Amino acid sequence: MKSNADINWDYIIRPQRRWLDLRLGELWRARNLIMLFVWRDFVTYYKQTILGPLWYLIQPLITSLTFTVVFGNFAKLSTDGLPQFLFYLAGTVVWGYFSACLTKTSNVFTSHANIFGKVYFPRLTVPISILLSNLITLLIQFLLFLAFMIYFSSSGADVHPNATILLLPILLILMAGLGLGFGIIISALTTRYRDLQFLVTFGAQLWMYITPVVYPLSSVPETYRWLVLANPMTSIVETFRFAFLGAGIVETTHLLYSLVCMIVVMLIGILIFNRVERTFMDTV
Amino acid sequence: MSSVIVFDGVSKCYRLGSIGNQTLYQDLNRWWAKVRRKPDPLLKIMDARDGKDGDQFIWALRNINLEIQHGEVVGVIGRNGAGKSTLLKILSQITAPTTGEIKIKGRIASLLEVGTGFHPELTGRENIYLNGALLGMSKEEIQRKFDEIVDFSDVEQFIDTPVKRYSSGMYVRLAFAVAAHIEPDILLVDEVLAVGDAQFQKKCLGKISDVSQKEGRTVLFVSHNMGMITSLCKKAVLLDNGCILVEGNVTDVVTRYYNAGISSPYAVDFRKQGKKVGDQYATLLEVHIEDMEGNLIGEVDIRAPFKLKMTYDLHGAPVAPRPNFYVISPQGQYVFVTGGGEKGKAIDGTYEATCIVPGNLLNNETYTIDAALLYTDSIFHYSFHERGAVMITVIDPIDETIEETTRYGMSGPLPGAVRPKLPWEVRKIA
Repeated sequence: MKSNADINWDYIIRPQRRWLDLRLGELWRARNLIMLFVWRDFVTYYKQTILGPLWYLIQPLITSLTFTVVFGNFAKLSTDGLPQFLFYLAGTVVWGYFSACLTKTSNVFTSHANIFGKVYFPRLTVPISILLSNLITLLIQFLLFLAFMIYFSSSGADVHPNATILLLPILLILMAGLGLGFGIIISALTTRYRDLQFLVTFGAQLWMYITPVVYPLSSVPETYRWLVLANPMTSIVETFRFAFLGAGIVETTHLLYSLVCMIVVMLIGILIFNRVERTFMDTV
Repeated sequence: MSSVIVFDGVSKCYRLGSIGNQTLYQDLNRWWAKVRRKPDPLLKIMDARDGKDGDQFIWALRNINLEIQHGEVVGVIGRNGAGKSTLLKILSQITAPTTGEIKIKGRIASLLEVGTGFHPELTGRENIYLNGALLGMSKEEIQRKFDEIVDFSDVEQFIDTPVKRYSSGMYVRLAFAVAAHIEPDILLVDEVLAVGDAQFQKKCLGKISDVSQKEGRTVLFVSHNMGMITSLCKKAVLLDNGCILVEGNVTDVVTRYYNAGISSPYAVDFRKQGKKVGDQYATLLEVHIEDMEGNLIGEVDIRAPFKLKMTYDLHGAPVAPRPNFYVISPQGQYVFVTGGGEKGKAIDGTYEATCIVPGNLLNNETYTIDAALLYTDSIFHYSFHERGAVMITVIDPIDETIEETTRYGMSGPLPGAVRPKLPWEVRKIA
């Protein structure tokens, strides 16, 4: 009788959900909510600022200028023969997306504790909406980058966009996946151990230095190259720069490695998130 | 009739104290036990709850077995910390139970706190969409109900203003309006009605009883207000220390609630309860209701006067306090406040304050009575304000032969928070 009756229930609340019970159907039904979150973040982010959305452009511009002065002119780091400003801008824009995804998803539970404690909705909607709203930022910054690329190339700089550009969607998916995966692992763990929250902001800064953002992979000495290549972000940044500017090291194996990393990290992240979202209100 | 919610051995354990390196140690310990397929050491500690280690954990709910039928309005009552809110939190999937399972049929919506997820920078209109989606409404559903929501909230002219410019009343009204239009199969309500003005509270209660009676939905209602519970619910569940003490007919359960704590709906002795009500100036000892002969009563004939009494100790109060009784209708509205005492210096000692409520004043309802002691001369201060201290049910013996009642020939329930007998004069003038 029991097994028969079970069919009639819409949900069964149990102490623990099965590991793979991700409730993706529920997430799909909440897509309207995801879009509303994205829209809310976009609309409210620059409310009551004078420059408004211009901030999306100012941030990468100033960062790239600083890099040009510090790393390009003072330290005289190689840029694979590319115009320095363009080289740094490419790195900053790409890295910026990953780092924003990572840091913003990493405190999802703690920053949304007040909402999560009052009402149930699929919790994954929040990290996913963060990925999407950062995608809008990326798009705006990417257009800025394109404008500079066209300007530099028309003034005779050695810039060669090529067919690798077609890989761009894959690069985006890789970055979003890695950012989401690492971010939600950290967010799940910070509900118990807040230490990780401190680690994540400066950890992301340090991570940038083992990613070829301010230097090209080609300038890394052989002995250390494994370290930089072990970083799944390396091939993404290098491929992006190669696709649009024509200089960088692109190898299928490196990209495949990043893909495998992304899948593993995403899976671990979603599984942990799925476990933690059930009881995090008790510990947060 | 079919069950829509079935609780099967549901328990919930919370860890007390702060989370530090001990937590990591315990987590590793639990994990190691799991790897070796040994029982969870945490749960073992909790079974031996009297043990020393057990003090770190608290069972908010213990082995709850409960079935709720379709269309029932069930009141959940119990003292603070009895587990009422935990029950609703588990039911609304905010947190998971530690053991047991709950089976649910239909969509659940909870009014645990209205206005969750409202963004101050967004306009009322935008917040309706966002909040509606957060509460599980589809876009089409929100669009369809939009006008109804705006209408219910009474904020039409501000609908395109950011909600940060709203008064707190407007904010709450808009938030409740969204929540009230979710149309769930099962609605969970946790004392949200303590917000807003009396007019709006009435509207909310009306909406809740509509939801249950006209639309045949199931409602779980958590409240401290016994009057509200008795008027809205037919069935109630009394929780005590995480267990279901009694469930069933609402009047029986409410009576039991008062009996459980060495108190009754009409007489409560705080000394026997071991509960200290008061502050450095005064302590409330007893509150009770008696008839004019001095017998304790919980029910009174609508025509008969009765006495409200409170006993309190004064110890070092700066000025003479004024004892007050607040009389509250089943809808949660204050019917009146009445105060006694005189201006002057306070003299330490035990006092008994009596207020006589005349007959032919109240309607035939169950009223909740708060006892308070406040100082209004030179300082404004409450020594205590004990909410829902006692209850009185006013009975109207519907007997057409009795001339003295205030029915005036009308039948059925008469509207109104009070039903006073007033002097009338009807004369022929032409």
